Amino acid sequence: MIDPPADPGPAVAWERLHPLSPLIGGGRRGASLILVLLVAAAIHQKGAGGSPSVELVVLVAVLVLGLVRWLVTRWSFDGFMLRVDTGLVRRDSRRLPVARIQAVDMVQPLLARFLGLAELQIRLAGAGKDSRLAYLHVERATRLRSALLAAHHGLDPATPEPAEQAMAVVPARRLVGSVALSAPTAILVVLVLALIVLDDVSARAATAVTAVAFVYLLGLATAIWRRFNGQYGFTVANAPDGIRVRRGLVGTVAETIPLHRVQAVRQIEPLWWRPFGWCRLEVDLAGAAGRDRGAGPAHVTKTLLPVGSRSLAEALRTSVIGAVGFEPEPPPRRARVKAPLSYHFLAAGHDDSIAAAVTGRVCKVTCWVPLEKAQSVRRVQGPLQRRLGLATVYVDAAGKRVDVAFRDRDAPETERLVDELAASSRLARRHALPDPPRPPSRINGVG
Amino acid sequence: MLAAVAEGGAVAAAAKLAPPARVAIAAAVALVFASSLVFVHRRYRAWGYRERDEDLLVCRGVLLRRLSVVPYGRMQFVEVTAGAVERVFGLSTVKLHTAAARSDARIPGLEPAEATRLRDGLAALGEAKAAGL
Repeated sequence: MIDPPADPGPAVAWERLHPLSPLIGGGRRGASLILVLLVAAAIHQKGAGGSPSVELVVLVAVLVLGLVRWLVTRWSFDGFMLRVDTGLVRRDSRRLPVARIQAVDMVQPLLARFLGLAELQIRLAGAGKDSRLAYLHVERATRLRSALLAAHHGLDPATPEPAEQAMAVVPARRLVGSVALSAPTAILVVLVLALIVLDDVSARAATAVTAVAFVYLLGLATAIWRRFNGQYGFTVANAPDGIRVRRGLVGTVAETIPLHRVQAVRQIEPLWWRPFGWCRLEVDLAGAAGRDRGAGPAHVTKTLLPVGSRSLAEALRTSVIGAVGFEPEPPPRRARVKAPLSYHFLAAGHDDSIAAAVTGRVCKVTCWVPLEKAQSVRRVQGPLQRRLGLATVYVDAAGKRVDVAFRDRDAPETERLVDELAASSRLARRHALPDPPRPPSRINGVG
Repeated sequence: MLAAVAEGGAVAAAAKLAPPARVAIAAAVALVFASSLVFVHRRYRAWGYRERDEDLLVCRGVLLRRLSVVPYGRMQFVEVTAGAVERVFGLSTVKLHTAAARSDARIPGLEPAEATRLRDGLAALGEAKAAGL
């Protein structure tokens, strides 16, 4: 056992991850490794009945590393702050204030499901990676999640998880249809057809091309499988502590998104889904910069509905940002000169609490931003727009390219718009609830 | 201006051209120089900022005209920078960062005293009006 360093503050009730975690951690990280080793072993045995000692050593090394990781990792939650300490060589000690939580995800890969374990991912805004606890017992993870969310909403962490109200289930058949009518599938089908035709013309050429394109084809197939696997059995439910999303076929993911964390809602209607009246709904959260740390603000996009009817998407959107009491209006006809390919979709509008805009050329994309989340309002006018008496107004939300664009509106209207939007967002901010204040450091173990 | 004309003349002289050609080249160089002065001057004139009660207004650009309205409460941090060229002229740039990458509130070419005043003022206002994400 490694003794934890002495804490300056009062005693903290540290807990460990589940003892079986190294098995899954090693299993997941070493899965490809083991595959390679098995293939190597098979070839070896075919040759001259070699010993599997090397493979065994590698396997043991992976497990030992996982075990060390488990030994040096500990966590505690005192009702206001989740602490996670990990790392043997480079200690990494994190303090996550519950008030700043953006979302909590519970992830269960296949192996973890068999063993009854789950990984908890806690997303905060700002720099740094997401924090994760891998793995806890499912029941422990559920309890911790409800405690974190209750504390986040300023309630007693011991409050039981509130009941939820189911909102939507995506039938498997519809999901299959939507995946079949997606860009990767279309590219895959075209490529395979091309190869079949080529095979007719010249079998040798087809073999050569297949050899070259194989990795690409495999990548496409993986992308299609991921989409299906990740969104199979997609269930959305509404609860007082946030929107809950459950999805996954082989491994499962359960996401909880507190409603007041939603920065923007986006509805996407690809061309090939239009005959069925389908659309996709996504929400943006302020997120950790993650992999490209230091590249400025970042956001996390979460799917709220992978495929569904417009009325269902509207119901979901209403439960997230409230009813929208206006229809976006198209810009003046002369905007067609400036935006000939997207004019047919262009529209925008706003009321006291929400700004909305429709953009896109082939895919129709509608974006809503609650004005209380607006980070800034911008007005941009290019030379052509000036000649036509047009201008574009952006309402920016947290993230890299999250905004509502009032494209190519009448120039005098945009000047009024900037003032109106700035004033409305100011008022909306004043009415909005501030982040729950961070309470004085009260230390007690929470079950 | 005179320097530009002289320079143009010198280039023409060095090339051993006939006098009319020399004059033409000198005139062309002078024109380019003058017009660039005009462009720089117009760009300079287009920059502007105003501190309002609740937000900061920044406008810029000649061809592409931009106006940004950034509420103080949305400010994540204020950055004051001075590049090598700016330092020669004793100037600095103040930039306001929000959680949105595209909020574009940069004020270049400030006197150090004004930059410091703006930085401290903005930081204080941001603290007073801070709003959660």
